[in-house]
Amino acid sequence: MNNFTPISALAGGIMIGLSVVLYFYTTGRLAGVSGIVENAITKKANRLSNIFFLLGLVLGPLLYGITKEPIAIAFTLPDHSFAITDSYPLIIIGGLLVGLGTRLGGGCTSGHGICGIGRLSSSSIIATVVFVGVGMLTVTILQQSGIYL
Amino acid sequence: MNDKVISLLCGVIFGLGLVVSGMTNPSKVIGFLSITHNWDASLIFVMGGAILIFAPFFYFLKNREASALGFEIELPSKQEVDRRLVIGSALFGVGWGLVGLCPGPSISALTSPGISGLAVFDPIVIIFLLSMAIGIVVNKNLLQKTIQNKKLNV
Repeated sequence: MNNFTPISALAGGIMIGLSVVLYFYTTGRLAGVSGIVENAITKKANRLSNIFFLLGLVLGPLLYGITKEPIAIAFTLPDHSFAITDSYPLIIIGGLLVGLGTRLGGGCTSGHGICGIGRLSSSSIIATVVFVGVGMLTVTILQQSGIYL
Repeated sequence: MNDKVISLLCGVIFGLGLVVSGMTNPSKVIGFLSITHNWDASLIFVMGGAILIFAPFFYFLKNREASALGFEIELPSKQEVDRRLVIGSALFGVGWGLVGLCPGPSISALTSPGISGLAVFDPIVIIFLLSMAIGIVVNKNLLQKTIQNKKLNV
């Protein structure tokens, strides 16, 4: 576990939690990102609000870039031993499956994993176990067949 | 403050959290999914931290008449554990394992400076996002309608 970064992970997780709380407190909606993307694309109601949330997701990392020096000292991310695939067919298949799968299953890592488990929803707990389990199986198979390290 | 400003703010905090936690870095996520080799448990701390913050607030906020900005409280109706939930989550798991990106991080990865090993507005991330959007629309406009029609015909 030489890449394990529990402190920065917990710090980031708390920030995500605060965002989900503020969003639910003010708008009355749950911040599940796959749902927000679907609504931004396909629904007229609250469209601008949804687009602004997604815009925030793009702006947040830029803000981190600006303040990077002081934060970077506290939360240095170590080198990683796994690389993202550079195979476009794999990227496209992955993207299609993530889009279709999250909406068919009713949520993603934020909607089921954070909001759903936080609400103690049994279906979200099951969904999370399924996508984490299948994700682990997929990575293991890819490693065994030499596609990933 | 209106809901657009708040939504933007929430998105910014969420995106910052994703970068700080390292989740916009696909290799961190693959490291978590790589259970048999060099396992990286960081993702549990990200999800756990967020759940620990959200769960108590949710408990006290769920039964309000309306949100702080006067909106209706929108909670998912009790979802059944059906084939849709299981098959959808399994397909998501395959895609997640293939690339190491899920919806939130894939958007923030557009602008994650250097640390994800990806350039700003990296074509890999843009292609992934376009494919994800197509997947979402295919589910909404083809799959869900087909399922609905089948149910009506039964």
